[in-house]
Amino acid sequence: MMDAPRETRQIGRPLTRNEDPRLLTGRALFVDDVELPRMLHAAFLRSPHAHAEILSIDVSAVKARPGVVAVITAEDLGEYWQPGPLLVPPPPIAGMTFRQRCQVPLAKGVVRHLGEPIVMVVAESRYVAEDAVGDIVLEFATRPVLGDLEAAIVPGAPRVHEDLPDNIAAEVVQRKGDYAAARAGAAHIIRRRFWYDHGASMAMETRGIVADWDVKSDRLTVWDTTQAPVVIRNGLAAMLGLSERQVRVIAPFIGGGFGPKMMMFYPEEVLIPWIALRLERPVKWIEDRLEHFVATTHERGQLHDAELALDGNGRILGVRDEFLMDTGAYNPYGLTVPLNSQCTLLNCYDIPAYESRFRAVYTNRTLVTPYRGAGRQHGIFVMERLMDAAARELGLDRVEIRRRNLIPPDAFPYRNEIIYQDFAPLTYDSGNYGPILDAALDAIGHAGFATEKAKAKAEGRHLGLGVVCYVEGTGIGPYEGAKVRVQTSGKVTLATGIGTQGQGHFTAFAQVVAEQLGLDARDVEVTTGDTDQFDWGVGTFASRGAVVAGAATHGAAVEVRKKVLKAAAEHFECAEEDLVLDGGRVSIAGIPERHITLGALAQKANPLRGAVKPGTEPGLEATSYFGPEMGATAAGVHAMVIEVDAETLRPAILRYVVVHDCGTVLNPLILAGQIQGGVAQGIGNAFFEELTWSEDGQLLNASLADYLLPTALDVPRMELRHTVTPSPLNPLGTKGAGEGGAIPVGALYAQAIEDALDLPARGIEITEIPLSPSRLWEIVHGHD
Amino acid sequence: MTQRVPVTLTVNGTEFRREVEPRLLLSDFLRHEIRLSGTHVGCEHGVCGACTIRLEGAPVRSCLIFAVQADGMSIATVEGLAPARGQLSVLQQAFQDAHGLQCGYCTPGILMTMSAFLEENPTPSEDEVRHALSGNLCRCTGYQHIVDAVLLAARRLRESV
Repeated sequence: MMDAPRETRQIGRPLTRNEDPRLLTGRALFVDDVELPRMLHAAFLRSPHAHAEILSIDVSAVKARPGVVAVITAEDLGEYWQPGPLLVPPPPIAGMTFRQRCQVPLAKGVVRHLGEPIVMVVAESRYVAEDAVGDIVLEFATRPVLGDLEAAIVPGAPRVHEDLPDNIAAEVVQRKGDYAAARAGAAHIIRRRFWYDHGASMAMETRGIVADWDVKSDRLTVWDTTQAPVVIRNGLAAMLGLSERQVRVIAPFIGGGFGPKMMMFYPEEVLIPWIALRLERPVKWIEDRLEHFVATTHERGQLHDAELALDGNGRILGVRDEFLMDTGAYNPYGLTVPLNSQCTLLNCYDIPAYESRFRAVYTNRTLVTPYRGAGRQHGIFVMERLMDAAARELGLDRVEIRRRNLIPPDAFPYRNEIIYQDFAPLTYDSGNYGPILDAALDAIGHAGFATEKAKAKAEGRHLGLGVVCYVEGTGIGPYEGAKVRVQTSGKVTLATGIGTQGQGHFTAFAQVVAEQLGLDARDVEVTTGDTDQFDWGVGTFASRGAVVAGAATHGAAVEVRKKVLKAAAEHFECAEEDLVLDGGRVSIAGIPERHITLGALAQKANPLRGAVKPGTEPGLEATSYFGPEMGATAAGVHAMVIEVDAETLRPAILRYVVVHDCGTVLNPLILAGQIQGGVAQGIGNAFFEELTWSEDGQLLNASLADYLLPTALDVPRMELRHTVTPSPLNPLGTKGAGEGGAIPVGALYAQAIEDALDLPARGIEITEIPLSPSRLWEIVHGHD
Repeated sequence: MTQRVPVTLTVNGTEFRREVEPRLLLSDFLRHEIRLSGTHVGCEHGVCGACTIRLEGAPVRSCLIFAVQADGMSIATVEGLAPARGQLSVLQQAFQDAHGLQCGYCTPGILMTMSAFLEENPTPSEDEVRHALSGNLCRCTGYQHIVDAVLLAARRLRESV
């Protein structure tokens, strides 16, 4: 048999996307596009307070309003009112504390964060439903608001959950090597405090759900803006007392995910299907942007006290870190974010000793769950800032100190020993970091930068260079699956359980299938996110779609290829080795006129009459699953040249370079888009986006006019380069790329701005993110 | 607010007559009254640009005006851009070729804004494209491929004249 990948090189082509024509012509289905006969609309009364006791709820005026069909409070839910579920249980780490308190469908007695739903109104139109929300009369007794992390852990502080002894949601200590010994032998100790705040993902599509209980088919169909339709299906069936067969969850086209749409279950996801079942009418709920700011999960801040121990040559001997993390009012997502921070802090460096303790703290704020980067940028910021401070103390170039500490290419798999978010000991599967750094320096013009900077300075301009390294743990388990089938038309279908939110799965996965089956990737129809098509799997998160579902797709396509060749060999009465699979047909090598199409083979494999051999499976179809033993670690370097206006402190990015290694590239066009989009979100995080809270817990900038997303004028043109170090953990050698672009940008801004304004020479360091011109002015002029 | 008033709008060349509440947003009229749901709603306060349509040729945020305000007027939406079913306009094709969209949610508004922009300025510089685009938010792409797509479309449109 000929080597499959050589017949048709589909993987690695910059193929334009199969899904685009639908999206470009307004023919793609998003959740709010679902229109059903007799459909009702839901709206929620949400807590206007960050922390309060609910004294009374009066819905009598609502019920009198024409067009209102139902008004539901926590009491009305009866036994259905349950907290949770806990989405991600904590991994087994010795000595840890984890105190679970999960969100509830509707607040009962106490509200713990702004936007927490209290009453659901269902009406004949959305306009009426929203009017009716205004009819509800509530009385509250406000309680002290926990927002500041240090204040929340002071003994005797008011508590978010009164049944807990304090506001500690979790405490975890992890160690590698002997940090105390490393410190004792160190020539230099660098110690700093850092604040890193990550904002809200602000997908352009807010959340939404439509639920339809079909009485006659006895089935519930739910359209949901979720990143994990299979998990939602299984959970809903369990909660509603239905069999899994009776529930179909569809995650159609989703207008951006970025993590928060992986949260499960949002209260609305619990309530809308329930009320649709009760009323036996379809119900739609579409979140508005104001709700999105307070009711869709955030990521937010961490306060780190970290120290770096080095020898006289700038080699790292050890790192110690202790941090507080804002987990919000409930913690259904377990420890994913702080574990990512704890693990990713080690970055691409050979660090023999590490001691890290974190405490996750309950606050009266919206829940914290992963948002693109998912805590990794917090860790990278701490490590990269420590490296910059160390370079200055030792009189080393910041690039040189990094180079001296890179994990050498012969040290992989590199074991960091501590437990990662996938419950496995953190191990970097493969990597070659030196060439990444070299490529970035070359692309940004590092060699000539000192001259460039001096020349600009002579003209009164302030240029700064930033060079920052990062790693990205990607492609974690447990597993995904895929089903590939050849249709009698000759076209091939692929179904997988993950959802898609713009990552190009309809194209990249088609390429993986086409590579094996020797047909045009345009002829592979991909279905994601429909549990009637495929209902095993976990979801699209942690940069794992292309890696885990991609590998499952590959596995299924390989199996179908075998079936195709076997069927064709029987048809031609020849050896499989003599066959060529290309152009949607199988031919005999050297005799191209003797061929049979894939469609004809599929027809033959599904006979309507006659006998088949015992054990024959019909059709040309295979289902395959893939579960990696652990995540694959991608890496990269970002570099930029920035010009800072000395008067306004507004930075302008003059050049931006990304060198990224995510193993085998399935589609470089899609990869470029992922990286560019990630960088844009990183820029937003570093310099534009900050959730601003008042003392009493109000979110002061809950609109897109006030919470600034980067525009086309704020995101520079980027130069991308790639190195390829395949992962040994999956058959395609891929690593994830969804988050890398966003991870190092805060650290890069801090370094480049310090450089542009020569801040360290003035005794000033940037130890926080996000920045803004006004915050920068305060830092530079010594106001806190 | 049960009072209803008649409106007549011509959308993509087809006339639609409905009786609607005066407070009905044009975006909701398009999406839910006449079921042209290609126009997306991102913020409902006029910032993100996802709901941009063309009203008498001008790019307008359909979440910021009422349907009754557009009575008697002519509207173009994303559904009307392609020359025929199964085909793409030059601008749409450029977006596919340059990978100018990811989730595609902001895309209809961007296409409507840019279609008007390219009529006004057939020979834009990158900087001009970025300024024209700066009123439309995209959370996925980082804009680079959108800018590339608009410049590509401009070139193809010039070459086809």
